[in-house]
Amino acid sequence: MFESDTIAAISTPHGTGGIGIIRISGDEAFDIAARIFKSRKKFNDIKSHTISYGKIVDPSTGETIDEVLLSKMEKPNTFTREDVVEINCHGGIVVLKRVLELVLAEGARLAEPGEFTKRAFLNGRIDLSQAEAVIDLINSKNAESSKAAVRQLEGRLSEKLSVIRKLLIELIASIEVTVDYPEHDIEEITAVQINEELGKIISKLRDLARSFERGKVIREGISAVIVGKPNVGKSSLLNELSGKNRAIVTDIPGTTRDIIEEYININGIPIRILDTAGIRETKDVVEKIGVDRAQREIENADLVIMMLDARTGMEESDTAIYNKIKDKKKIIILNKIDLADKVDEDSLPEGVNIIKMSLKEGIGIEQLEDEITNLFFKGEIISNDEVLLTNVRHKQLIDMAIKSINDARNAYENGMPIDMMTIDIKNAAEYIGQITGESVSEDVVHEIFSRFCLGK
Amino acid sequence: MEYLAGEYDVIVVGAGHAGCEAALAAARLGCKTIVFAINLDSIANMPCNPNIGGTAKGQLVREIDALGGEMGKNADKTFIQSKILNSAKGPAVFSLRAQVDRRRYQIEMKKTLESQENLHVRQSEVVDLIVEEGNRVAGVKTNTGAIYKSKTVVITTGTYLRGKIIIGDFSYSGGPDGLFPANKLSDSLRENGIELLRFKTGTPARINRRSVDFSKMVEQPGDERIVPFSFETETIEKEQVSCWLTYTNSETHRIIRENLHRSPLYSGVIEGVGARYCPSIEDKIVRFADKESHQVFVEPMGLDTNEMYLQGLSTSLPEDVQIEMIRTVPGLENAEIMRSAYAIEYDCIDPTQLKNSLECRKLQGLFFAGQVNGTSGYEEAAAQGLIAGINAARKVKGLEPLVLSRSDAYIGVLIDDLVTKGTNEPYRMMTSRAEYRLLLRQDNADLRLTPIGYKIGLISEERYAKFLAKKERIEKEIERLKKTTIAPSEKVNSFLRARNSTEIKTGIKLVELLRRPEISYDDLGEIDPDRPELTFAEAEQVAISVKYEGYIKRQMQQVEQFKKLENRKIPENIDYSSIQGLRIEARQKLDKVRPESVGQASRISGVSPADISVLLIYLEHYKEKEK
Repeated sequence: MFESDTIAAISTPHGTGGIGIIRISGDEAFDIAARIFKSRKKFNDIKSHTISYGKIVDPSTGETIDEVLLSKMEKPNTFTREDVVEINCHGGIVVLKRVLELVLAEGARLAEPGEFTKRAFLNGRIDLSQAEAVIDLINSKNAESSKAAVRQLEGRLSEKLSVIRKLLIELIASIEVTVDYPEHDIEEITAVQINEELGKIISKLRDLARSFERGKVIREGISAVIVGKPNVGKSSLLNELSGKNRAIVTDIPGTTRDIIEEYININGIPIRILDTAGIRETKDVVEKIGVDRAQREIENADLVIMMLDARTGMEESDTAIYNKIKDKKKIIILNKIDLADKVDEDSLPEGVNIIKMSLKEGIGIEQLEDEITNLFFKGEIISNDEVLLTNVRHKQLIDMAIKSINDARNAYENGMPIDMMTIDIKNAAEYIGQITGESVSEDVVHEIFSRFCLGK
Repeated sequence: MEYLAGEYDVIVVGAGHAGCEAALAAARLGCKTIVFAINLDSIANMPCNPNIGGTAKGQLVREIDALGGEMGKNADKTFIQSKILNSAKGPAVFSLRAQVDRRRYQIEMKKTLESQENLHVRQSEVVDLIVEEGNRVAGVKTNTGAIYKSKTVVITTGTYLRGKIIIGDFSYSGGPDGLFPANKLSDSLRENGIELLRFKTGTPARINRRSVDFSKMVEQPGDERIVPFSFETETIEKEQVSCWLTYTNSETHRIIRENLHRSPLYSGVIEGVGARYCPSIEDKIVRFADKESHQVFVEPMGLDTNEMYLQGLSTSLPEDVQIEMIRTVPGLENAEIMRSAYAIEYDCIDPTQLKNSLECRKLQGLFFAGQVNGTSGYEEAAAQGLIAGINAARKVKGLEPLVLSRSDAYIGVLIDDLVTKGTNEPYRMMTSRAEYRLLLRQDNADLRLTPIGYKIGLISEERYAKFLAKKERIEKEIERLKKTTIAPSEKVNSFLRARNSTEIKTGIKLVELLRRPEISYDDLGEIDPDRPELTFAEAEQVAISVKYEGYIKRQMQQVEQFKKLENRKIPENIDYSSIQGLRIEARQKLDKVRPESVGQASRISGVSPADISVLLIYLEHYKEKEK
């Protein structure tokens, strides 16, 4: 895993105005680029250390994804001392992500945090005095991305994955026990049963992969929360933003009251936006659940949008809300300016972005969108980077698990004995385990002994 | 009264399955060797099941043989029933298993030891290690005061160290099968800084054949075609005896349940850790309460005895309960117990104290092998014994130790698991523990390991020449199948029709036809008249290589990846506490196990991929500094 495979990642931090670079390094970098990059010159004829203009085309559909500038750099005079390709994309974060996904689908592996630097070091490119810096980088990046991963794994994704993983482990254990304990009176699993079970598992995995594509399961990009006292216009703002901007998915959980979430896209930045019904002390148990959740969402949010009524300025109830969000990255909106004669500016907190708005008159919406975009590209709203990359990695692993299960089913179709099927089934479980961070072999052994009665 | 009794290159303490292999290997490699047993009539004893091989274990025996060990040959000489298990489940899991005449096995092995040049066989209890300069073993002392000096010592004490036999509420200090325990050596090990664990295992009762009603049982005969364990044994023809299958019932389970309070497992008398895969019958009934019956295999202990082994009824319940319980089983209503079932507790070592060579890190020249390393099973023991014996001899000669990797052999998986992960229960080999099991098949053990055995010096020139000829015949035949085209003809197509296989319209390579699951290599002979004469083993090798080529190639690619980290060696004197960026848990784990390669380090639980990155970077740095 550490050396010779080809790795890829988005290698620029955001803040470069929608331009992003995807870097590919390794033996297969040129082959991968040749398959997806179309320009006047054939890829193989492009000289090393030059930049070419062209298009990134998905070879399976023929669809053009982005117009790009591509740098081709032959080893050893590259950052990593391996063959390197850099693709400069212009289409914003969503396009950047699609190009990265395509590169991964063509055979690259998503780079671990700090891995380019590590390769550069291991290949003798970087001075030894930088060793410690590299170690620090790896440690901090790992901590960061695992935090991001854990956050995403809460909730539905993790639930679905653990169900699938459990099915796979049970299946492997059934096969292994059949193989390792041939004379015990356990019910031996047959190839037909294995194939049926695989059919069930693969359809679950496909559902999961599809929901990834729809952006439903996991949150991507920025997570923003709208807060404010009742009737200040939170729902109207949400409607305005999601109506005007293409909503990717609308998801209204039926069980939790008072929270509405939308997935929207502002200038190419995916945003999950939530409307809380208001944070205030309450004795109503049902409502309290909603309020608790609102507070949790605020804690997890990358950005808080607080709405005030321009007619009243900052009231006591607003101050209570403000105190809960004052440590967050935030934008304050003064709504209903069309109804207010005069705004009491003195009551507003200092040093905070304030946008004057009238949803009724359509004033201030664009300003808000620009402010969000600005914060994002300035890198002031962080964490979306890691989350995004983690998502790409998860999707790739799920796709690989699907492929492995397909291979196992092909083995069945081709009349291979059951032991051959286990090779691919184990691979599938390994891929899922890489998302959840669990290893397979120990679990299988444990499962065998807890489920089957064996012994002399 | 102490006296100097002799000087040796290699001393082996214990003559069970590990000790025999260790002693033979060392002596055959030219070392002056002595092997001790508490009782010479207990050499190569099988105190539990009278069989050798089975899933994963059969592979181990084949590997031992391919390297030049003795177990396979001895089993071939003395088995009384032979069977291939899993014949339909895939070539990686085909496993040979033989019922063995226990007494004849011992006699044969003892004779082999006695006849071995350079080897001295001695009855005595070793009670002390002799250590020089605090870090180097220099010999042993026996209970009679005899001092034997040596350059290396291999400890293969099995279940004898502070052995304790438990039958219900009755217990005594003792070794297996009514033999004496070794009560003093544990203290000597502990005094020298070796950490000990306490494990437990057990065995069922033996009954008299005359008291069994076989008409109520299902006969389990051997296979018609006998496959030998040893690659050197060409063919075997012999009468085989049967085993018998019967089942426990609700009455058996009632008796056990009502007497659970008298089981030492549940009353707390037993402190040792038992294995999950080897539960006693009371354990099975408690843990799998909804199961209405359990299998009992009745197996002959040999041809010269009426003793029969009751596989499935291992127990530590009191004797009276044993009798009552056994007699509820169909066919065993009048069973006469000859030896009671018992549990045995014993000292073993924490195997993470060993290097991959099985040499102990604390004391140079001291090796451990077999059950004393926390394993279970005769085959696991013999495999370690062979490696420890080879490495003790290589140490004497100043050579690099032999270390097999996880991609070379089950033996490699076994030792790597033990020294890297340790074990908290007696460790049994299973095919599911080998990640590259499609490559580690029993049929190709010689192709994998005989060149290594030859290089080390345990394989004779004659055997090696035969091996090379076999290898060449296999390769040539695969080449021929790839080159030879079969033209469509009525004969060919009717052959295909008869096997429900798609008919051909144009010429096709033989190899393509053989890849079809419905066509075997044997079958193919019908339309392939020019094929060379191959032995069964050679034909099997050809067929497996062709039919599963795709999978085999994939595993070989995985092995290539795996080897990259295995080949990154870690210097022996590395100071983990000085590596910045390693988490504290990782530092402690790495320092305890002291892995020999980055690959091994990555298998230690508690060491994360980030830790491995840090380690890799440190090693590069270190390499530069060394320059």
